[in-house]
Order: sequence, then C-alpha cells, then structure tokens
Amino acid sequence: MTSPTPVSQDSAKHELGAERSVYFRIKRCDGPGKATRWERFKVKVTRGEGANVLACLERIAANPVTADGAKTTPVVWDAGCLEEVCGACTMNVNGKVRQACSCLIDTCAPNDGDEVVLEPMQKFPIVRDLWVDRSRMFETLKRVKAWTPIDGLYATGPGPKETPERQQERYIYSTCMTCGCCLEACPQFQQEPDASKWDTSFVGANAIGQVQLFNEHPTAKELAPERLDAMTAAGGVSECGNAQNCVKVCPKEIPLTDAIAAVGRAATIHGIKRFFQGK
Amino acid sequence: MAAGSGSEKRVIVIGGGLAGLAASARLAEQGIQVDLFSIAPVKRSHSVCAQGGINACNEVARQQGFSEWAHMDETLYGGDFLADQPPVYEMTHWAPKIIDLLDRMGVPFNRTFEGYRDLRLFGGSLFKRTHFAGATTGQQLLYALDEQVRRAEQDGMVTKYEFWEFLWPVTEEVDGERRCVGMVAQDLRTMQVRAFRAGAVVIATGGCGLVFGKSTNSVSCTGAAAARCYQAGAWYANGEMIQVHPTAIPGADKCRLMSESARGEGGRVWVPRTKGDKRDPRDIPVPERWYFLEEKYPKYGNLVPRDIASREIFDVCVNQGMGIGAENMVYLDLTHKSREELDRKLRGILEIYEKFAGEDPRDVPMKIFPAMHYTMGGLWTTFTPEERTADSVMDRDSNRERVIGMQIDAKNTMSTNIPGLYALGEVNFAYHGATRLGANALLSCIFDGLFAGVGIANYVRDDAPDEEAVSSAPFDAAVKQEEAKVESLRSRAQQGLTDPAVNPYVIAQELGKEMTDASTVVKTGERLEKALNKIQELGERCSRATLADASLWTNQNMAFTRSLSDMVKLAEVILAGGIERRESRGSHFRLDYPDRDDDQFLKTTVAEYDAATGRPKISFREVITPLVKPRARTYGKVEKSSDPAPEPRETVAAEATS
Repeated sequence: MTSPTPVSQDSAKHELGAERSVYFRIKRCDGPGKATRWERFKVKVTRGEGANVLACLERIAANPVTADGAKTTPVVWDAGCLEEVCGACTMNVNGKVRQACSCLIDTCAPNDGDEVVLEPMQKFPIVRDLWVDRSRMFETLKRVKAWTPIDGLYATGPGPKETPERQQERYIYSTCMTCGCCLEACPQFQQEPDASKWDTSFVGANAIGQVQLFNEHPTAKELAPERLDAMTAAGGVSECGNAQNCVKVCPKEIPLTDAIAAVGRAATIHGIKRFFQGK
Repeated sequence: MAAGSGSEKRVIVIGGGLAGLAASARLAEQGIQVDLFSIAPVKRSHSVCAQGGINACNEVARQQGFSEWAHMDETLYGGDFLADQPPVYEMTHWAPKIIDLLDRMGVPFNRTFEGYRDLRLFGGSLFKRTHFAGATTGQQLLYALDEQVRRAEQDGMVTKYEFWEFLWPVTEEVDGERRCVGMVAQDLRTMQVRAFRAGAVVIATGGCGLVFGKSTNSVSCTGAAAARCYQAGAWYANGEMIQVHPTAIPGADKCRLMSESARGEGGRVWVPRTKGDKRDPRDIPVPERWYFLEEKYPKYGNLVPRDIASREIFDVCVNQGMGIGAENMVYLDLTHKSREELDRKLRGILEIYEKFAGEDPRDVPMKIFPAMHYTMGGLWTTFTPEERTADSVMDRDSNRERVIGMQIDAKNTMSTNIPGLYALGEVNFAYHGATRLGANALLSCIFDGLFAGVGIANYVRDDAPDEEAVSSAPFDAAVKQEEAKVESLRSRAQQGLTDPAVNPYVIAQELGKEMTDASTVVKTGERLEKALNKIQELGERCSRATLADASLWTNQNMAFTRSLSDMVKLAEVILAGGIERRESRGSHFRLDYPDRDDDQFLKTTVAEYDAATGRPKISFREVITPLVKPRARTYGKVEKSSDPAPEPRETVAAEATS
C-alpha cells in the first residue's frame, strides 16, 4: 500500500504532459451477500492533467480489463458534484476514508507504477463494488428532528436577527454533507443491517453536529427538548467513546467534538430536568 | 400494473434539487401527496454547487434607488430580452419574500455587525442585491429545503424514491385531450422498471452540462430526462442558449469555476509563443510568452469583459491550436504577485485551485479554459398573465400604471404543452432569456417550485382525470417500451474492451468534444451543420453501443448508455436551434451573423420532435414583451470602444464567488 506523499518540488517539476501508469487495487463485490474479490487495473495518467481517483475509474469503465488482461465489468461507484460539496463519492482510499473526487493522482500516487487501493465504506451495507447504501444517515436526521419548525411557506416577515459570530458558528455545522466519514472512522458506530434497530443504535457525530446546529437557532431550538430526548435515549450522545476520530477525518473540518461536548452537557441537564418532572 | 393508491390525488416530482424540493414542500403544504424521485439522495443534488448567492431587492438597496422592477429590468437586459416578461416580473417581485422565507428556515446567511443579512455586489447590477451564506449558498439553500421536505416526509406527505431514474412520461387521451397521467422509472439498484400513476408529473431535473462533455455541472446533469419528455412530445425551447463561463479549471473529470477576481487582482493570461511547448511554465522566459489579451486589447488588457475573454481564449486554443501543450488551456498567472498579497485578497479561490489542480497558484501559473456552465433553454412552459395596478414602491421606476405578472392559482403555470406535465427550475426555459445573470439561478429554481406548486395543486384537485378514467394500457405499453430498451442494451453486452466505434464512453467523449467545439463560445452556420452530421453518426453508433456489463443489479453501464442516446437527441435540438437562429444574442454568438436581429429573432426557438424522422422541427414563437421595450445590450459595446472605461473595481471584486 502506498501512503499519501506530498508532491515534492522534484516531481512537480517533471515535464508537463509526461504519461505514466498507476495501478488500482479495487475491492469488488457484485451485490449484497455476494463474495468480495480484489481486482487490479493499470491506468494511464498524464502528469499535470489533474486526474483524480474518479477520472481513473472512468477510464477503467471505458476499458474494463484487469492488469493481467482479464476481461471484467466496469467498477460501480457513487459520484455527484466532483467538487467535494455533495458527499457522494466517499470511499476508503489507501485505507483512509475521504471523497475520491478531491484525491488527486499526482498527490496520492506520485510516481510511475504507484498503487492506489480503493475499498467501499465498511459501516454501511454494500450495494455494489464501491457503492454503499447510506440511507440510515438520512433516517437519523428524522430521529434528531434536524429542521426548523416554521409556520408555513408563505412570507410572514424575516427570520430572527443573528450576530455574525453565531452565524459563523452555525454555518460550519451546516456545511455537513452527510458523507459519513465521521461514522466510518468511529469505533462506536457499527453497521446495522436491521433498519428497525437504527433508532436505538449510536447516532454518530454528524447527527450530534446537527443537534447542535438546530438547538442554536432561535426558532429551531423550540424542538431542543425532543432532540435532547433522542440524545439521552439508547444510542444517544453518551455512547460516544471519545476516540475523536470523527473530527480528524471530517473533510469540512466541522468541530464535531465541540458539538459532542456541548450536546453532552445539554443532554445531562435535560436528563436531570426530565427526572424531576417525573417523565 | 401501475402503483398509486385509491382516489387520493398525487403528484410525482422528478428531481430533488432546489426546484423539485421547493415544489414538493409547497404541494405537501397544500395537502397533496408527493412521490419524489431522484437518481441520488436529494441532499446530493447539483444545486449544492452554486456558490455566489441569491438576488433580491432589499431595504438597503431600495433606499439607494433599487426596486423589484429594477431587478426585473436587469434580468431582462442581461438575458438580451429573449425571456417572456411576466414570469420575470413575478419572480423578481417574489424575491424578497423568498429571502425572508429562507431566513426563517434557518439558512445561515452572512450577517452585518448589527445582525441583519449582509449583501454583496454581483455582476449586472450597480446595487448590492445578492444575499449569501459563506461560499456555499446553493448548498445552504438546498439543505434548508431538504430539511423542510424531510419534515413533510415525517408527516407522511412526501414519499421519496431515491436511486430511481425517470425513463418516460405516460400520456393518455382523456376527454379529447392528451394528458400526462404518470411515468415509468427504474430502480437503479434492482433495475426494476415500473410505472407510477399521478395526477401530474413535475420535471425538475436541471441542466444538460454532460452533453458538452466536461462542464461545471454534476455527473447527474445529462439532460436525459428533458430529452425523454421532448421525444414524448414536449416542446424544447431556446436549446441553443448555453452559458459558458470564461475561467474554469479544466480537470480530467469536470471543469471547476475559477473566479474572475483573479484577473481583477492582476492575473495575466498567456500561452507559450511556440506551439506545443512542453516546458514547465516557470522555465519559459517572458519574451517567449504570448500575453494575447494584453497584446490585442492594450488598454483593457486582461480585464476585457467575459464574452470577449471567452472568445479570445477559445480562438487561441481551438482555431489556432496555440493552447498549452496543444490542449484547450491557457495560463492565468499570478506568480508575479507576493504570496502575502495573494493570501490577503484571494485566499479562498486559490485554495480551491490548490485542492483540485494539485498545484499552488502562488508558485505555478493556473491553467484555465472557458466551460459550459448553465442551460438557459429547456422544456417550453406557459403561464397565465395577470394585469394589476403598478405598486408605487416595487414598480417605482416603471413609469407605468398597469403591470403584468403571473396569476398565482393558474393551473397552467409552468405547464409544458402536455397538460399534467410541468417543468420547473433549470430544466425549463422561462426566466433567463439568452443568458443568465449571476445569482439569479437559485432564485428562479426556488420561485418556480413555490409559485407553480400552488397551480399544480389546483390542477390535480380539479382537472386531473380520476384514476378510473385511465386504463392501465398506456402504463403497460410504456413499461414494455422501456423494458425493450433494457433488453436491447443487454443483448449487446460483452465483457472487456470494445471497439471504440461502439464504446459508449468513447461516443460520449466525442459528443462532448464536438458540442464544445461547435456550439459554445463561437458558432458559425457551417460548423453547426458539420456538427449536426457528426451527431447523426454518433446517434447511429449509439444504437449499436456495446455494454461491458449485462447484469441486472446496479448496472451503471446500462444507465449511462441509455442516457447517452437521449443526450444525442438533445444535442440535435441545441444544434438545430443554433443553425436557425441567424443572429447573435446573449450567449449565442454567430460569427456569420454578429448582430442582434429583433425583427426576425426576438422569438423563442421551439423544437418539436418529429417521430417519423426522429429529428427536431424548429419553429419560432413571439416573445411576450408587455413591460419593457427591448433595447441594445451595450455592456460589451462600451467596453469594445477605442477608449474603454475601466471595469469598476467593485464589480470585479464582487464576482469573486460567481
């Protein structure tokens, strides 16, 4: 396995347009319950063309032949914006979870003959090859009521005023693209094939970040008690093991551990209140 | 057998970007059940890519002399008067209300010291009228609507079908009129093809960037859904109107925007004087560099306006073959500026370049090229005009007593020519004329959903045929048609490398290259005709295209190849419109007809599919212009004069996030 190496001055000075080969070792699976296998592909890239992992997958799709010359099917993967803002193309590249679109070949495999290893996310059910089903993440947004309960869609005047500091704080939480990097890296979050157990399994860092986002908004905080109910119930914030992997892998550098701390404190206070209310 | 339950009136919404989500939320609010279809989880829709902001008149601008009327005028003028005016009137007058609504939803709009919504200056205006949320306004607006739709989903009003692809609208003659009564879709995991009934079908599937190969669009923006509706009889309007952004970062997979503020801060555009020079740009001495913009426009230099910059860069690369390494790229060079100054003024955009080009633009010249960015044309839609008394505040610059907007509860708002089939957002042609102003796209998509949603709800309640009135025959026939396509594709599957002539990925590349070369920045009748011939050839090869995967589980190879045939059909519409429009207007620049010709072409191009020949029939319809008399669009002309006024600094800076 090749570890990511920064482009050295030397390699950046390689002649523009120099063609070279990189190898992709890809963990493949034809569908849920099917056996996994590894396939290795040789892909030609041109230095300086800006090829990323997805551009190489497209080249494999156009020429689905392994490095040994065996004919195969195109690799299946998920992609959207290709600008690291939609979250679709999240996968494990050389053992690290990230968006494949922003993973440039000249950076992650700088030399001729380098190898890149691609694997699907492990914490979500496989659909096929590198494509996994993250619908659990969107279901969890319902569990924590990640919305503002507005009156309706007709204009009734502006929203509440907000200081620039508060806006900045909320904005960063609101850039969460539900990509799942934080869950893939979390030792407490496990794959759960049984959808009926999702509501009592650990919610994960991204949802806790959303609780923080909405509990800080003057209108949305009206639902804070219900969100904190979810946070004190089974699978709530107390199940965080404080490994702090989430914050290290978040591509948007969202301060997830701050959210976990703040929501944890609020949940404790909320739990005590509920105890004295006898609920 | 088609799904759809009981006597309950349902609407199918296809596409979960801003327009589709706004429509879903509005319909749910009106008590209509929504089935929301998307090829991806709706939160990953292409709307997330919009950065700059959303335009609306606001109280600060109003006190400086701006108004809703002025916003409408800017939009019509920007679009070179090709847009029907009442929809633009209505959209710009709703804009402040839409900002308030988004604000209440919790969108983290940037704030002033006092806590009010901050504003920025944007192209096409002298007033600050653009609201923004960091550098990801589109993402923030999409998330706000996604949250409201999730709330409606929780309340049982919206059912999502994510990873389903729309394949064909189902129509049936009811009481002597052909109406859309549902559609056929395919689950992209199980590959099941299935019909769905509904009172109305809303297409909100965005633009067609992939027809041009690499664009600034997302991988989902194939235009296939619009092309399928067109082949089923829906008209496609102003197909030739495609916006090209002059400075994008060409990538191996797509083009990402590079802001014009790089040139505003002193960036110099050049190519090596020697054709195909492969040296590192830093090793090429200054006398061996061709600063072609500075040479051709000595006074204006690198700050020529966008359309000129696009045309010159295009000419140098495509016509003269002088691009970097003979490729379609030129240098945009900031390396003569100090790192400190660059970081202070341009940090955000330089980091984007660094992330995706893998090089530090403070050390190495950036490589840029114009790229397809926005689809102004789209499915033809209609509306009901409504005359009212002019508003003394909103319409104060109009000098009119009466104005004409759109009737809110009209059942035909944004209906295609097929009753029951609606088109909202970028996929329709309604608001941007011949080119779109920055920060008007987000507005048009949200407005479309919120406004038209009211009329669509009325249509399904009052006019949509009851389920018993429509037999299962048209649904069964449409499913059969789509299953036959699937089987035909599968029958041609073989593993491994295929002949390039029938390799769908090779055909797609050729399509993108031909469309970009012939039908973007500079067009001529001759070149468009040549492209049309090439498209015929690609269409023929598409019909023989060979898959490398025959499986009936998550077969992306099949979905891609099927979309490709539809993209070829749309490419024909775009070229045919461009050939017939013998004038230059907005984004459509014909070298052989360089002037605007209102007498002949102040008209909407309408393409109708001729099932007998498989080709588009082009006709023209009058543009509805009751509010503003079309006048010359002089942005470019002033700047092209012998002594051009320098572009206002503020405007340049304001385009930093466009």
